[in-house]
Amino acid sequence: MTAAGPYFEDVNVADEISSLTKAPITEVQLVKYAGASGDFNPIHTVHHYAEKAGLGGVIAHGMLSMGFVGEHITKWMGETGTLKRLGVRFIAITRPGDVVTLTGRITGKSESDGEHLVQCELWAEKQDGTKTVTGTATVSLPSRV
Amino acid sequence: MVDKSVIGKTTPTCKMDVEKGHIRRFAQAIGDDNPLYYDEEYAKKSRYGGIIAPPTFPTVFGFEGERVLSGLDINYARLLHGEQEYEYLKPIMAGDTIRFSTKITDVDVKEGKGGAMDIIKTEMAGYNQHDEKVFVARSTVVIRR
Repeated sequence: MTAAGPYFEDVNVADEISSLTKAPITEVQLVKYAGASGDFNPIHTVHHYAEKAGLGGVIAHGMLSMGFVGEHITKWMGETGTLKRLGVRFIAITRPGDVVTLTGRITGKSESDGEHLVQCELWAEKQDGTKTVTGTATVSLPSRV
Repeated sequence: MVDKSVIGKTTPTCKMDVEKGHIRRFAQAIGDDNPLYYDEEYAKKSRYGGIIAPPTFPTVFGFEGERVLSGLDINYARLLHGEQEYEYLKPIMAGDTIRFSTKITDVDVKEGKGGAMDIIKTEMAGYNQHDEKVFVARSTVVIRR
């Protein structure tokens, strides 16, 4: 029934986390995200305001990009994994029309208090290769032992 | 310009009921199709026993109740989200009542390419109706002067 993810023993440092490409960001998506998150800063939804602010048009919420990163890591770990920590740095703006691809890599494995933890680095890129977000995560995975 | 004297400023504790429709709309805005966020029957049979919120859902709490940055001399058109980190201690479930409060933990000035920037760091902790700590959120925002 559940979408099982990897076991701790199946994961190795330097392994790549299979990438995820999102559908192009749309203006309607930014309106939906504003409504759902409660972030009504008009730089994300009101064109003339964003232009006046010197942004050259509306820009996506940083937290939408982090939402993509969260989707990516939770899809990889499956329902048998548990996300313990997720941290990101926002480094470039995304706009409507941008296509974001999420990628990652395993950077460490450890055991603590009976938990089997995996550390990962994660990043998001636009269609032109610009990195928009970099991040790190810690995931607890089931063990066969 | 934000004065260092606001370090330690803490919002009153606020409560929010986490509704399943809100979780669904939040996940839809991201385009995350994980059935744990939508499908009650599926989620009931999962190890969580019900609908859970996506990893970045706590961003909602930051826009609910009193904003920690309200009353500060900030031009929101020049505010950008720099970094965001979550520690997860328990899942947030549909039907939970989460109480939370946000604190300003640091204020600094940095010289960037485009001139001076104010850097504000905040921390929010969230607890559920069972008085269990469910998450800690740390944010860094940057305000271009």
